[in-house]
Amino acid sequence: MNNLIDIMQMSTDELQELIDRAMDIIADPSKYAEACHGKKLATLFFEPSTRTRLSFEAAMYELGGNVIGFSEAASSSAAKGESVADTARTVGCYADIIAMRHPKEGAPLVASRKAGVPVINAGDGGHNHPTQTLADLLTIYREKGTFENLTVGLCGDLKFGRTVHSLICAMSRYPGVRFVLISPEELKVPRYLITDILEPANIPYEEVTSLEDAMPELDILYMTRVQRERFFNEADYLRLKDTYILTPEKLRSAKQSLSILHPLPRVNEISVAVDDDPRACYFKQVLNGKYMRMALILKLLEVNV
Amino acid sequence: MIIGQIKDGIVLDHITAGHGMDIYKILGLDKLDCTVAMIKNADSTKKGRKDIIKVGQVIDLDFDVLGYIDPGITVNIIQDGKLAKRQHLNLPERVRGIIRCKNPRCITSVEQELVHEFRLTDPEKKIYRCIYCEHEAPKTIE
Repeated sequence: MNNLIDIMQMSTDELQELIDRAMDIIADPSKYAEACHGKKLATLFFEPSTRTRLSFEAAMYELGGNVIGFSEAASSSAAKGESVADTARTVGCYADIIAMRHPKEGAPLVASRKAGVPVINAGDGGHNHPTQTLADLLTIYREKGTFENLTVGLCGDLKFGRTVHSLICAMSRYPGVRFVLISPEELKVPRYLITDILEPANIPYEEVTSLEDAMPELDILYMTRVQRERFFNEADYLRLKDTYILTPEKLRSAKQSLSILHPLPRVNEISVAVDDDPRACYFKQVLNGKYMRMALILKLLEVNV
Repeated sequence: MIIGQIKDGIVLDHITAGHGMDIYKILGLDKLDCTVAMIKNADSTKKGRKDIIKVGQVIDLDFDVLGYIDPGITVNIIQDGKLAKRQHLNLPERVRGIIRCKNPRCITSVEQELVHEFRLTDPEKKIYRCIYCEHEAPKTIE
């Protein structure tokens, strides 16, 4: 594996290898403090991001490496009309590894074909966000100790929510996993996830609209934000944005062992009153994301510690 | 209607009735100087009706294009008035530069020099998806 563009590029064995490495980093971070000494990560963010970009940068610094890059398209050559391929090829001359976020779907794949160095997809439009999935998976693993025999509820914007798509693909490879897809009619998962991923593998799933009804059976609840930037029509966004709001009252019927995840940032879909509930894992998820990005950088740079 | 046999050339047989003209255009047969015959709605024991194209010289054919448009086509290469080779087509695993991705969020919508490329994801339903954004390919070729 030279790049990470889509989580499905990774076998379950490779995922487990990354998780094992992340667990080792958590156990003894000092062992890795100089692992990437002399290496440079370029963060090419053509779209605003706080969490993912800082997570990549923190990951590289904690590995003893350096970071270059930009955080919006306006401060890159893209503003002058440069193609993604040319930008990647240029940056590949300066950096040892690239993390790219781009509003257009498939841009990191284009970059990976020209960069000459490993490229990590840090989010391409509404398509894929594999390193968020790595964060999600490490969180599930640390909370549950397994990926098997879990009922996973995904709630909110399942149409444009790229983290949802990647998580369904990744989790669908483990035995006994069942999905409850909770969304308004207009924001249901794209059909291809049903026809290409779930149905061929006979993975049980339900598409429902009520979060309250689904709550008691869930082991994982993955909340998502309705993203304004994915809508071409503001009126549609305003109509759908407050469809699901998780509150302590709604959690009364949930299992005590439930784990609540959210890729963040949240707007109002999880009440702040839920934050102190021991089942809330979304800030642990942020930290887990950094550890998994560290493990991924080590793997793609073929650094042995 | 009688259309004579060709000495050296290609016969595209078993074209699904109605697809002949699309293939004629996509293969650029209008640009050839040799004899080209387009037969529409010929009787077919296998399909009921079919289109046939006869080309009076051997030309390079893109079998991926043909297979994508109509995998049921049989390509017959004729040399010295005899059948020299018969090839049955399959759906290609990948198609490049034939169809265009219609997803406005796809990188191909803004970077004009990128070759539009699709991979076969469901052979039974003949579904191709863009390698960049996974959007389903349009059913028609422009």
